[in-house]
Amino acid sequence: MSESQDILFRMLADPTRRAIFERLCREGEQTVGALTARAKVSQPAVSKHLGLLKQAGLVRDRHKGRQTHYSAQLSALAPLIDWTSQMTGFWQSRFDRLEDLLKRMDQ
Amino acid sequence: MNESATETLSVVVEREIPYPPEKIWRALTQPHLIAEWLMNNDFNAVVGHRFNLRGDWGGVLDCEVLAVEPNKTLSYTWNFAHADAAFNLESVVTFTLAPTDIGTRLRMEHSGFRPGQKQAYGGAKAGWQQFFTKLEQVLARTD
Repeated sequence: MSESQDILFRMLADPTRRAIFERLCREGEQTVGALTARAKVSQPAVSKHLGLLKQAGLVRDRHKGRQTHYSAQLSALAPLIDWTSQMTGFWQSRFDRLEDLLKRMDQ
Repeated sequence: MNESATETLSVVVEREIPYPPEKIWRALTQPHLIAEWLMNNDFNAVVGHRFNLRGDWGGVLDCEVLAVEPNKTLSYTWNFAHADAAFNLESVVTFTLAPTDIGTRLRMEHSGFRPGQKQAYGGAKAGWQQFFTKLEQVLARTD
């Protein structure tokens, strides 16, 4: 597993952080205040999670007036998609073997 | 986009196969046949039956039958236990068979890390890492 996958898994392993990221994916750009209002943790905690997500490239921030708006960067998930393609490759090859077996089996 | 983001953590392989569901079902449920295309095993198509899938590489998966609907659905857990909890993997494999004009549409869904599931990404990543490393060795040999 590559380092980038490792970082992503670590980032998304925390349920609170994952929930924040999922909300940004689902609902689009939001401020820290809006995210805190529905999170079960304090604003400093939300800010800390956002900072880590930003470091991992999973979110981007944009300053507007006194507010900072955060948005999800879905392209950062690409290494995870590589990971699932590995697993897809495994099952595709097993399906090939299954088909070979079916050809050999009696009706 | 969130839907697709979470779906990337579940693998789906679907194929139309020119044989009837009954025949494919045998290949999915009879231990000597499973061994020929998947792994050595002590499978039994009974809900609650616990069995192992043993890879050529020496890795052992702990499994439990979750659902059996003959010729239609088969589901079992696909867990990889490790003394270090960080290496554990908990996932579920579900096969679905649907008859078609030419045979059967076989669908396999392998879901590992749905958000909210007890086993989070972090806990499972190392198990997968180990699994893939071994898997690559196996695949290299099966060509």
